[in-house]
Amino acid sequence: MGNSEENKEKKGRYRTLVFIKGKTYAKEKDLDISEGEIATWPYLMRKELLAAIICTIVLIVWSILFNAPLEELSDPTMTPNPAKAPWYFLGLQEMLVYFDPWIAGVVFPMLIIAGLMIIPYVDFNPKGNGYFTFKETKFAMLTFCFGFHILWILLIIVGVFMRGPGWLWFWPWQEWDPHRVVAETNYDLTSFAGVKSDSFLGFMLGGAVVFGYFYAGISLPYRFLKRGKNMAIEKLGFVKYTIVAFLFLCMMALPIKVFLRLALHIKYIWVTPWFNI
Amino acid sequence: MENQQKDTFISKYKKLVKEKGFFGAYFTLVLQSKVWGSVFRHGFSDTPKNRMLKIVSNVFLHLHPAKVKRHAPQFKFTWCMGGISFFLFLVLTVTGILLMFYYRPTVHDAYWDVKDLEYQVPFGALLRNLHRWAAHLMVITVWLHMFRVFATGSYKHPREFNWCVGVVLLVVTLLLSFTGYLLTWDQLGFWAVTVGTNMARSTPLLGHEGPFGEQLGMTSHNDIRFALLGGSLVGGNALLRAYVWHCIGLPIIISVFMMVHFWRIRKDGGISGPL
Ligand code: HEM
Repeated sequence: MGNSEENKEKKGRYRTLVFIKGKTYAKEKDLDISEGEIATWPYLMRKELLAAIICTIVLIVWSILFNAPLEELSDPTMTPNPAKAPWYFLGLQEMLVYFDPWIAGVVFPMLIIAGLMIIPYVDFNPKGNGYFTFKETKFAMLTFCFGFHILWILLIIVGVFMRGPGWLWFWPWQEWDPHRVVAETNYDLTSFAGVKSDSFLGFMLGGAVVFGYFYAGISLPYRFLKRGKNMAIEKLGFVKYTIVAFLFLCMMALPIKVFLRLALHIKYIWVTPWFNI
Repeated sequence: MENQQKDTFISKYKKLVKEKGFFGAYFTLVLQSKVWGSVFRHGFSDTPKNRMLKIVSNVFLHLHPAKVKRHAPQFKFTWCMGGISFFLFLVLTVTGILLMFYYRPTVHDAYWDVKDLEYQVPFGALLRNLHRWAAHLMVITVWLHMFRVFATGSYKHPREFNWCVGVVLLVVTLLLSFTGYLLTWDQLGFWAVTVGTNMARSTPLLGHEGPFGEQLGMTSHNDIRFALLGGSLVGGNALLRAYVWHCIGLPIIISVFMMVHFWRIRKDGGISGPL
């Protein structure tokens, strides 16, 4: 027992046989950089430093040339017309034209945050991970770009540049006329069927349209894809599919409502004693 | 005997100066000193080992791994937007602290302190401009960063969680910007925040004008907007709350989430790339 341990130890030992004077071939072990890698110092650091310097210069030059806005002392009795939220929230404020504040100001922002967070958990497409591609992730890219560039950025641009007094549309080259009145009568959807929207029948009808929108929007594509033995639907499963479809329908509700308002002057789809949609 | 020793002591330095010039000698001495060596524990010759040590022996730089994927530092991959967002956050912290020296969050003083910054404080206008423009820029760079992360599919496994951390960072960035908007206490900020917080009135259940708010006993004096503003109107309490959130609460929150964000980038295997 003791013997074999001794042997084991001996195996790993080296003995000096001879000294040779001269340069060694041994090298300090460096960190091994493989083909796909590169040392952070200097290759990344110098770019970060360069970016920081460029940013600093741009900021300083910009700050010397342009003063940050400062208007008169605030006055709670003097409401400016229009009173605009900060530019990055103007997309939400623009939505107020088409939806009541509880949707535009509260529910939609929450859905946006929740929707963004859900993305990685419902996107099962293993392709397009870690490189730019459009072809391999068409649906994801199209949806995201529509939501981000059209619904968010474009609405901000409209809100910043096109909206004047009374939140009316003014082109940037048009002078703001605070007395401009646009006679616009809007109708609730049910009145097209001759039903008053605040009647019980109107309530039922409007509710049916809203629920029908979501029910049909969720179930019809599901059945269709299921019948076609679509791979996507198999992988996603029913629950995740429903979440994706629901969020997608919420997003599409905005352009739909914009269209209904602009083309058909529709104000509300569903009127209830507690809220209107 | 004594004289001789002194001679050699001085002549050692004389020789050094002769060899390297005055500044050269100076830097050599500094770099060889015990003090310097105690602070920086790496040499300066451009060897792979030193390159690594420069990163890992520095608490700030070792946010990075010692080596990164070859495509990671490329502008065309990251657009530099995450890094620039972080840099802008640092700029905002520094300029923000300086602004705090001159600013009092009261209805009586706030606006005039900002005016003073513009006209009385040396470089005050520049300071204020830097803070304001950097804040706007940060909102844009964070959006672009998010778009880049989405377009490269970098939110996919194993980075799902870091994407969610990012969404929180996005929201907090916007809230920071929004709370700062009120602090100038001018018409612009006042009404922007009034419009913004009016939305809270109509929060379902929790706002007094929101669906079912009334049924749940919400009034303008106990709903969520009241909690945000510390009153039923945008006034002194709202200004103080915006100030405390803007200068203390939200910066701490965003710092914590940034720590997690950066840590997770490394734990998730570094920057994403083609597998
Ligand atoms: C204050 C805001 C933010 C800061 C300072 C920040 C900072 C960074 C930095 C420095 C990186 C390294 C790579 C790069 O520069 O692109 C990064 C990566 C990442 N960020 Fe952010 N970020 C922020 C917000 C966000 C947001 C809003 C999202 C998404 C909703 C996000 C998601 C991610 C993800 C998933 C990665 C990993 C990307 C990869 O591995 O390619 N971040 N972030």
